[in-house]
Amino acid sequence: MGELLVTKTAAGLRNLLDAGDVSAVEVAQAHLDHIEATDDQLKAFLVVMRESALTKAREVDARIADGAGAGLLAGIPVALKDIFTTRAVPTTCGSKILEGYRPPYDATVTSRLDAADAVLLGKTNMDEFAMGSSGENSAYQLTTNPWDLERVPGGSSSGSGAAVAGFQTPLAVGTDTGGSVRQPAAFSGVVGAKPTYGRVSRYGMIAFASSLDQASPFARTVTDAAWMLEAIAGHDPMDSTSIPEPFPNLREGLEAGVGGMRIGVVREFFESEGLEPGVRDRTQEAIQRLSKLGAQIVEVSLPHAVYGVSAYYLIAPSECSSNLSRFDGVRYGLRVDADSAEEMMAATREAGFGAEVKRRIMIGTYALSAGYYDAYYAQAQRVRTLILRDFAAAFEQCDALISPTAPTTAFRFGDKSDDPLAMYLNDIFTIPASLAGTPAMSLPAGLDEKGLPVGVQVMGPVLGEQVMFRVARALEAEIAFDPTPRGPNALELG
Amino acid sequence: MSLSTDDVRHVARLARLALTDDEVEALGGQLSNILAYAEKVGEVAAEDVPPTSHPYPLRNVYRTDEARASLPPEDAISTAPQAEDGRFHVPRIVGEEA
Amino acid sequence: MVLEQATHYEAVIGLEVHVELNTNTKMFCSCAIDFGGEPNTRTCPVCLGQPGSLPVVNGKAVEAAIRLGLALGCDITPVSQFHRKNYFYPDMPKNYQISQYDVPICLGGALTVTTGEGDHRVGITRVHMEEDTGKSLHVGTSGRIHGAEYSLVDYNRAGIPLLEIVSEPDIRTAAQAQAYLAELRAIVLALGISDARLEEGSMRCDANVSLRPVGHTVFGTRAEVKNMNSIRSLGRAIEYEIARQTDLLTHGHRVVQETRHWDEDAGRTSTLRTKETTEDYRYFPDPDLVPVAPDAGWIEKLRAALPELPAAKRRRLVDDVGVGREQAATLVAIGLDGVLEDAVGAGAAAGEAANWLTNEVVAWGNEQDLEPSAAPLTGARLAELLALVSDGTLSKKLARQVLTGVLAGEGSPREVTKARGLEQISDSDAIAAAVDAAIVADPAAAQKVRDGNDKAIGALVGAVMRETRGQANPGLVNQLLRERLLSS
Repeated sequence: MGELLVTKTAAGLRNLLDAGDVSAVEVAQAHLDHIEATDDQLKAFLVVMRESALTKAREVDARIADGAGAGLLAGIPVALKDIFTTRAVPTTCGSKILEGYRPPYDATVTSRLDAADAVLLGKTNMDEFAMGSSGENSAYQLTTNPWDLERVPGGSSSGSGAAVAGFQTPLAVGTDTGGSVRQPAAFSGVVGAKPTYGRVSRYGMIAFASSLDQASPFARTVTDAAWMLEAIAGHDPMDSTSIPEPFPNLREGLEAGVGGMRIGVVREFFESEGLEPGVRDRTQEAIQRLSKLGAQIVEVSLPHAVYGVSAYYLIAPSECSSNLSRFDGVRYGLRVDADSAEEMMAATREAGFGAEVKRRIMIGTYALSAGYYDAYYAQAQRVRTLILRDFAAAFEQCDALISPTAPTTAFRFGDKSDDPLAMYLNDIFTIPASLAGTPAMSLPAGLDEKGLPVGVQVMGPVLGEQVMFRVARALEAEIAFDPTPRGPNALELG
Repeated sequence: MSLSTDDVRHVARLARLALTDDEVEALGGQLSNILAYAEKVGEVAAEDVPPTSHPYPLRNVYRTDEARASLPPEDAISTAPQAEDGRFHVPRIVGEEA
Repeated sequence: MVLEQATHYEAVIGLEVHVELNTNTKMFCSCAIDFGGEPNTRTCPVCLGQPGSLPVVNGKAVEAAIRLGLALGCDITPVSQFHRKNYFYPDMPKNYQISQYDVPICLGGALTVTTGEGDHRVGITRVHMEEDTGKSLHVGTSGRIHGAEYSLVDYNRAGIPLLEIVSEPDIRTAAQAQAYLAELRAIVLALGISDARLEEGSMRCDANVSLRPVGHTVFGTRAEVKNMNSIRSLGRAIEYEIARQTDLLTHGHRVVQETRHWDEDAGRTSTLRTKETTEDYRYFPDPDLVPVAPDAGWIEKLRAALPELPAAKRRRLVDDVGVGREQAATLVAIGLDGVLEDAVGAGAAAGEAANWLTNEVVAWGNEQDLEPSAAPLTGARLAELLALVSDGTLSKKLARQVLTGVLAGEGSPREVTKARGLEQISDSDAIAAAVDAAIVADPAAAQKVRDGNDKAIGALVGAVMRETRGQANPGLVNQLLRERLLSS
């Protein structure tokens, strides 16, 4: 039963739970057992919350037995990226500087999942402060890719992506700043969906780049991702940038298909150097499938998208340099003792931050400093305006856009870690939608010649999650991807 | 843009990072490369293009002036690396002679 | 030569004033603002800078900023923004302060201040919103930051809303600076947006002081002076700083651009930090907050609801109520203009009532260490007291005692007079014996009066008053003494 249960989707588990064929405790137990069996290899979890998960599952069972209505996620296991605060439960953001930190409060995402009666299994590994595209920047452990344990799972939401791909949980929350959910989803053969900026509250989500960060679900199906997003999205008065409009019901019209829709193909993305043939081929096939399903394919241009990575690597580090100032050894986290407050702060930050975090703090501090602000930060914000206009113009010609998610499939550990710029360029297709604040998601489009998953990205207009999910669902049904990791170096599912 | 060792040290001081000499050395080159790439933003977007600081343009988001419970005092300082009498401890503050 | 040069310098002074708002909650979180209390009990994830927490603007603070801007004749910026001011300091929970930078909420107003030399216009550059920092307790031998072994931080104050009001460098003398600060304080009090106590830090003033040769338009190098805890100390600090800089310049030295600390006890300023060590604040728009764009309707509603401002009040007290200019200024400054108007409404003479308020009630405040406006005195009671004086029931001296009773909560003037048995004795028969006794007791004085030395009568009056415990009507005593000594 256990092995069977972990292969179920959230929607599948919902049916079993509602029918009384299985209890929430059994579901939780099966996933906890599977985590125990596989996490030595996967290293997706930083904290497994066995006791509280089972307690929650028992509560849910009692509620279901009482006939009290159970929500969509009631009794469904979820995992949270360790960037979300969880009251009294260790929250490290993948950094040594927060080792042992137990927040005094819950993030809005945490409390919404709890209110939805989801069963929180634990906290997942991540690139330190969400800075990275491979998961290799975690201060704690290297999460592996379930499809090939010698390859990276993608980042920065490395643990959340790997946990869903490795059947440790049907659902997980990550955060996407420049592709940190979409890229690991692509690398691990799962679905990762970033909504419009402002849809999910950032309260309690430890900030990397405030104007870009968005909590985003991972799931093995488009439908499951929609369920999860509905549970966590919606206005939050604790976040000033939270969108006041109600979040739409994504399940409505999800199966309506793409007949009559116009789907735009971003010309510049296919001209990109470094686009692997396997990725290009699977994406082209996906486009053909949409055409076959009755969509009209149009070529569109995002002429300023090529400046996206440049703008991103000024905006995100600038914001992070300020956001991460609070980690100074005074109020929480690591402290390295020194003779004076100033030396204590500098020594704490030196010891507590990893190389990539320091690099970005340095870039951002420099870009904001006197004399450089206009040329760097302000100029990057102008480029952002141009990219926003590009998207607005593109969505006048079509309903949704399609492109590869990442130029490559999962690479080997260490392949790019010596060259920060090469690593940054892995986000080339995901960054434009981040800068524009538009919704974008990745879904599996098949495997490349190495047998590794390829992700295809579907992008919608601002507030256009419904259209985006509809296109993704139609494509998913047509592709019929099997998410079970396989291959010579794949995770043994037991 | 090429960053000298002194530039790196100056920025590190602003950022309160006690970098090692090796890090200063390595970062000089890395930051120069990254900034050279980032400087491409200067190729487009003239002065007349307004900067975007928020992708979703909200305005006037205010809270009503009603008090809500603060954290229990033991929670407030529960995370402190070092505390004394309900306050956060810091080593002596230098740099100002007030 | 040197002295001659010195007389040709003029001071150029600009003030930066911070006002702590008296909203119910902090600027960016819902923690109650409540002074005193145990450390770190008015804190939450937001004002402690806990990872993941986010600020949300207190709408009431924005309203206060707009109202002050309107009162100062500023333009309200159609779209203003919050910026982060980045610098590391242990009492700042996020190591950046949320403030406003190039687009503050209010721009370009003015205040007219009055000194002994007349009226003077001081431009207001801007008013902006920001958050306060926590407070450090320095532990060690001195209790001050220098020489402390370590510090302990309390974040109860962190996040309290502040308005910063920056003046143009239009001030030329210490007296003008004092008048400016007093006027600004009066406006803040009239608006009711802060208790504006300089001594307690809910209003703080920094002064930028530089000198330049008279007639020059270029500014000299300035020093920023901090830590003035009263209007008086602002005046002293500026006088000191002008003298210090004059001395430097006349001796051929330069003024160094720096921040200086005013020591009230020592009566001098000393270097706090020099420009070389000042930070590069790396201002940028706070991505956690959205623009403040007050619509015209809201602004006009706030404008229409502004209270009468001090300048208008003073004008009305002089023109319509009949109070002298100086007294009108004092009454408005100490917040007793309302009591005065009520007293006049209840029949008191304006000048007389103003005298009582500006002398007796102010003295009471000094004694009690309270603001005069905290006096439990209504206009009706003041009018009643004055009526008791004018109908002869009380002498002025007795009336002062009655006022003391009223301020101590013993009741109305009539009740206090009765309870304390303070009615003036105006019955000649009752005083006659004391008058006779006084003449007998001091024959020398009596003779002098008889000889035409009118001043000598004072000693005899005094003796009678002592004998009657101050209750005899002094006019009547005088009259009886003269009858006895001069009419025969």
